[in-house]
Amino acid sequence: MNVIINYFKDIFQGVWSLIQGMRVTGYYFFHPRQIVTQQYPENRDKLVMFERFKGEVIMPHDENNQHRCTGCGICEINCPNGSIEILTETVINEEGKKEKRIDKHIYHLSMCTFCGLCVKTCPSDALAWGNEFEHAVYDRHKLTKVLNQPGSSLKKEPKSTAKEIKA
Amino acid sequence: MRFDIYDFTSFTQDIDRLLQENLTPFWATVAELTIVGVVILAFYALVGLFLVYAERKVCAFMQNRLGPNRVGPFGIFQTIADLIKLLMKELIPIKHADKILFNLAPFIVIIASFMAIAAIPFARGLHAIDLNIGVFYVFAVSSMGVIGILLAGWSSNNKYSLIGAMRSGAMVVSYELSVGLSLLSIVIFAGTMQLSGIVESQADGWWIFKGHIPAFIAFLLFITASTAETNRGPFDLAEAESELTAGFHTEYSGIRFAFFFLAEYMNMFIVASIAVTIFLGGWMPLQFGGLEGFNTVMAYIPPLVWFFLKVAFVIYLMMWFKWTFPRLRIDQILTLEWKYLLPLSLINTVLIALVVLLGWHF
Repeated sequence: MNVIINYFKDIFQGVWSLIQGMRVTGYYFFHPRQIVTQQYPENRDKLVMFERFKGEVIMPHDENNQHRCTGCGICEINCPNGSIEILTETVINEEGKKEKRIDKHIYHLSMCTFCGLCVKTCPSDALAWGNEFEHAVYDRHKLTKVLNQPGSSLKKEPKSTAKEIKA
Repeated sequence: MRFDIYDFTSFTQDIDRLLQENLTPFWATVAELTIVGVVILAFYALVGLFLVYAERKVCAFMQNRLGPNRVGPFGIFQTIADLIKLLMKELIPIKHADKILFNLAPFIVIIASFMAIAAIPFARGLHAIDLNIGVFYVFAVSSMGVIGILLAGWSSNNKYSLIGAMRSGAMVVSYELSVGLSLLSIVIFAGTMQLSGIVESQADGWWIFKGHIPAFIAFLLFITASTAETNRGPFDLAEAESELTAGFHTEYSGIRFAFFFLAEYMNMFIVASIAVTIFLGGWMPLQFGGLEGFNTVMAYIPPLVWFFLKVAFVIYLMMWFKWTFPRLRIDQILTLEWKYLLPLSLINTVLIALVVLLGWHF
């Protein structure tokens, strides 16, 4: 007797679980607002990518055309496929001392795998991810980019605070 | 009778008389066969095209997608574009394939579904042939399609095709039993195997309502077992993409592949129309005892509209569970049939015989 009861219990439980599954898909079918598809070329103007999207590596500049890159070269060392080249120059600053600073931060987008090691290891947070993803060009030399804008300079922290931290 | 305004019998008889007057009896028969063939062929192609589009749209909405939406408004011309693409594709000859069987297989599959469609009554007097053993005929003919699938798998000289075809054969042979028993239950109710007779017996209420719970169980059993018979998900392990590339039609290309594809959708349509004819009253409008006004309004809707609305509902049901449930393994499929569906349909048939004997149905 027990066997027969269990047999029918099995069937009803099975049917019930199937109905629960069908309720989910049925809900989706009658609620087209749940559709998540982005119609890309049409919604280009309104398209907002999410924050952690890895479009390309950029170097944020503030309103005074200043960035935070010190030209230390850690990103170049960490890049697994050599898509970053750091060119530095030595200049004499206003205090009359020799100073090494970034000349060109060259980024080969064509070789980048978007692993994010450069952004993660940058000690001064100079690099970030941009949301631009339409990278198609007719000439591959256009994929080699200089990240620091022409005429930009290093954003200097107030020296006093730096010394205070050391002390 | 209330439904006389939509009677097609005189219409078909007029055409017959016109042909008999102008031609010799032999040529009149040939002309009639040609007309029926062309009409069914056109219908076949149109329904196939529409069902492919409908399936893609329904599936997309159930998965929170949009589906085809580029070719024409809401993508309605997508399947036509696909058809043109398939027609222009190369028919690839397979090395060491059994040429005759390889070319024959798609035609067997498509002829099986083509023969089944002839017996379906679309409205009063609107069917190609009204056999007095209609249920038996449809049941016998629609299971011939599996021969085509087995031949396709055998002649392709491909291990995936062969495994897919063997699985399909094992599955169809087992599920045939449940389909037959669930159809038999309504034959017991109606007392006839003639499809038009079964439809007429539902003039005052459909069997799914008149037959109490056993008829409803028979309907569920029929839908489940016939989905398996048409090789559709969740029983589509004959063409399980993740295991067998494409199963029995792996080696087919171009129009031969299109034939298999079309036959799958037409089988779905045929199964749905059999379910409608047997359980949901065929082309009969929705009628309730006692509600005269409601019954009159319903009777003014043409029977063709009723028929296709019901078929659309059943097809939607089948698509609904195809796109909800994961595919079953071969042992699970055989367990479901032999341990659950078959005993249940046997018990159900006995129950229905009891109901009919004691006169409990309306």
